[in-house]
Amino acid sequence: MSLQRHHLAWGLLAAAVVALVAFAEARLSGYERTVMGFAGIYAMLAISLSFSNGLTGLFSLGHPAFMMVGGYVAAILTFPANRKGFMLPALPEWMATLEWSLFPATLAGGVAAAAVAVIAGFPVLRLRGHYLAVATLGLIIILRVVINNADGVTRGALGLNGIPRHTDLWWIFGWLALCLFVCWRLKYSSVGRSLLAIRENEMAAACMGVPRARAKLAAFALGAFFAGVGGALWAHLLTNLTPGSFSITLAFMLVVMVVVGGSGSLIGAAIAAVAITFLSEALRPVEQAVGAYGLVQIVIAVLLIAMLLLRPQGLFASAEPALLRPAPFRARRPRHPSQVEKREV
Amino acid sequence: MTSSYLLQQVLNGLVLGSVYALAAVGFSMIYGIVRLINFAHGDVLMVGAFTAFGILLVFGFPLWAAVLAVLTIGAILAMLIDLVAFRPQRNAPQVNGFITSLGVSILMQNLGILLLSGRPRPFNLPDWLRSNLEIAGARMTVLEVVTVVITLVVLAGLTLFVRGTRLGIGMRATAENPTAARLMGIRVNRAIATAFALGGALAGLAGLLYAGRAGQIHPLMGFVPGLKAFVAAVIGGVGSLVGAVLGGYLLGFAEVLFVGLMPPAYGSYRDAFVFGLLILILLIMPNGLMGRAAEERA
Repeated sequence: MSLQRHHLAWGLLAAAVVALVAFAEARLSGYERTVMGFAGIYAMLAISLSFSNGLTGLFSLGHPAFMMVGGYVAAILTFPANRKGFMLPALPEWMATLEWSLFPATLAGGVAAAAVAVIAGFPVLRLRGHYLAVATLGLIIILRVVINNADGVTRGALGLNGIPRHTDLWWIFGWLALCLFVCWRLKYSSVGRSLLAIRENEMAAACMGVPRARAKLAAFALGAFFAGVGGALWAHLLTNLTPGSFSITLAFMLVVMVVVGGSGSLIGAAIAAVAITFLSEALRPVEQAVGAYGLVQIVIAVLLIAMLLLRPQGLFASAEPALLRPAPFRARRPRHPSQVEKREV
Repeated sequence: MTSSYLLQQVLNGLVLGSVYALAAVGFSMIYGIVRLINFAHGDVLMVGAFTAFGILLVFGFPLWAAVLAVLTIGAILAMLIDLVAFRPQRNAPQVNGFITSLGVSILMQNLGILLLSGRPRPFNLPDWLRSNLEIAGARMTVLEVVTVVITLVVLAGLTLFVRGTRLGIGMRATAENPTAARLMGIRVNRAIATAFALGGALAGLAGLLYAGRAGQIHPLMGFVPGLKAFVAAVIGGVGSLVGAVLGGYLLGFAEVLFVGLMPPAYGSYRDAFVFGLLILILLIMPNGLMGRAAEERA
């Protein structure tokens, strides 16, 4: 395989991100690094959501639920063993002595979230469209109630605090790169084509031999895995967890990122996630200075509605920037008016 | 378990179910006509509660004025939302409308926080509404009796309207097939606006009654009843008015029985129970009690 233009573009992008992270770790303040860390985590969440929601057309709002699972599982695993005894008295014996490092704990969080997604997916994925959306919203509420009530293991509504701050920007952007790599390779494979076919027309896809139940479940579980990882990274960045942090507002924010980026566009979702994180962080001082609480949410909601009315397909529709795409997927100029309608991917 | 205890639970279920039914009918009507899950429905309910707060407690007008006001404000607000947010994208995919309604909901909640502050305010109805009545050993407040009566009257009126009037028939025709309805000379947009107005009016009324039960109001209060209205509508079969009423009462009874029969320690699982029930019902009867089977076309 010869070196092509998109390889060069990817290499430059990777080098730029590595340089940026190295610079941030060396020079930026703790607050600035935290904001950047959140931008990275949101980018990963938005990419995985764009994969399962945008590309496969499973309109799920369940990402915060899977983040909750991943975050709590990872935090309980890494929690200092000497404090587990009195903070989390109901933990089983073998778990109370564990004190894992970040990577295995994150992985375990992701796997646990994916497992929950598979279990919940069996009934829930049979629903379509907005039924699925509301059922996954229900999943958030059910998990929140469970965590609130299992206070011997999770400290309930009080929240789990004093989680070691293991997450740094290298971990976040490393996971982000892995997430993008996996989703990207899947998108441009036969699997991605099957998922896209399910989104466009489920019955036609089934007629063409796409195993739709299995494919949907797999896409859902993959999205949940990265949501779980995101939750775990979040927990070890913020050092505290409450069930309330994984709210429906968060689900909404993630959906906005996907819609603004263009459903199914991975790079679009990442760009939108970073932009929205910085935008809301920049507006926060304004919000406090004027005393206008809720301003950030209002701006984002107006942005979303304007986007849906004026450019419903989002920044990139389902496609990726041409520069990063391998040659066969690059857009050719339409030669005939009938080709203009064709959607790029 | 004495019979008066049981009667008390039945009455509680009836009252809670009435509020859910009011909200669910509007939800179902809007879905039936434009296939839109309107997430902002609960926030119309919230605005209704705040309107009632202003009319009753700030200006001190009587109850009938408050009822009139919440009906009007709810109707106008819902029509406005339709006009600004949903009408421009009638032909877009269904999911877009749903996402838009999420956006409208977040917008309204935060405008509420911005303009009215996020702190809960006490919502105390006049004393005569809160006084108790004895019915065969069970107790109900006047407000609860009023709630049930208003709900039944309004729902009966709505049924007559949809069945009998020209506009009602136009609405049903639009729900059946918008293109064919337009070809028959029905003003489709007006029919849709009517559905929004009726749904909004009922949501506003539900807001008044819900706030009266809860005893306090705040800008985020619409979310939970909005979701429960959705659950009720789904149980009944989205799009069916009779189904929505049935679903509302069923949900009300199920919730009251869950809290009343389970040991108190499980009371906090109430919302988890409601959504567990929703998922279960969607699995066993994807079209709800009264819904029609949706055909799948390639």
